[in-house]
Amino acid sequence: MRLLALSGSLRVQSLNSAVARAAAELAPPGVDIEVFDGLAEVPLYDAGLDVPGGEPAGVRHLRERIAAADGLLLVTPEYNGSVSGVLKNAIDWASRPPSGGAPLWGKTAAVAGATTGQYGALWAQQDLRRILGIAGARVIEGNLPIARAETAFDERGSLRDPLVAERLRAHVEALVHEASVPLAA
Amino acid sequence: MTALAEPIATHIPAGDWEIDPVWSALEFEVRKLGLVAIKGRVPGFTGHIVGGAEPAISGTVDATTITTFDETRDGHLQAPDFFDTARHPELRFESTSVSSDADELVARGNLTIKGVTRPIELRGSFAGSDQDPWGNERIGLELTGTVDRTAFGLEWNAPLPGGGFLLPNDVVLKATFAAIRKS
Repeated sequence: MRLLALSGSLRVQSLNSAVARAAAELAPPGVDIEVFDGLAEVPLYDAGLDVPGGEPAGVRHLRERIAAADGLLLVTPEYNGSVSGVLKNAIDWASRPPSGGAPLWGKTAAVAGATTGQYGALWAQQDLRRILGIAGARVIEGNLPIARAETAFDERGSLRDPLVAERLRAHVEALVHEASVPLAA
Repeated sequence: MTALAEPIATHIPAGDWEIDPVWSALEFEVRKLGLVAIKGRVPGFTGHIVGGAEPAISGTVDATTITTFDETRDGHLQAPDFFDTARHPELRFESTSVSSDADELVARGNLTIKGVTRPIELRGSFAGSDQDPWGNERIGLELTGTVDRTAFGLEWNAPLPGGGFLLPNDVVLKATFAAIRKS
């Protein structure tokens, strides 16, 4: 099984990207998690640029990786109580064209979020679930708020908090379980 | 206290009848904001009617054909938030009783949506039978009912600024069937 992890923060030292990498490291056997690294190359959504076969290269790359994945892990920071613009923009591109033809449509997805504050991007995750659902994704139950995330990672960005690691592992396993359910013939 | 009357026979002529989708319609209505009936239609279905002493109605609906004539809304309707057509591409109805109540035709049965089966009641009328120009004997009937979509796991909603929610739970179903005699 191939999962794709997307971090809604472009910062090099991003805690949300660290969560995505940590998820890849503790993926169960037989599950490969690719951390998408091309969100900085995705331009702001412009329907005028969204020409079949002629979309920007960064958009084509994003859509191809999402389409090739069996499931998605989206990790978002919380800006002004909601999802980062970077991640919302990626969802907007990946939700087109509507009505079943989009890479996001029917894709199983899990949400997570990390903040240095005490709430772990919970509001952002609630919004993210709603946005993904309207885009046609199958969002698994449960949020994964990681509060005071700077204490969970060491200076190299490796996850050192065993409790966070266990919650992240269970969340990924739940995503794998849901993404494994066969579709109707 | 009065005894419940036995269901009286319908006027559906004895025999097997196949529903003709081209002459028939399956429609639904959802009253958004309590003000406006948003209408949808499901063109992909097959069905079977039995007339006579033990009347019955059954049918299968291709959920991937559900349309409200708006591409974006239809994409959401067919997604896991609503019908989840990738996992549940088929809806089914199987009557448990078809009878007459005064002038009304009453069909009770089990409706399956998104893998959940619940009993429903549809009421309407039998319009009669006639020969069409191609030599077929046809019958016509209409049935209407209301179902609670949340009972089938279709629970999505959006809050309104003044309180309450955008979508009601009740959905009105309307079926207009023309059927051709098979035997």
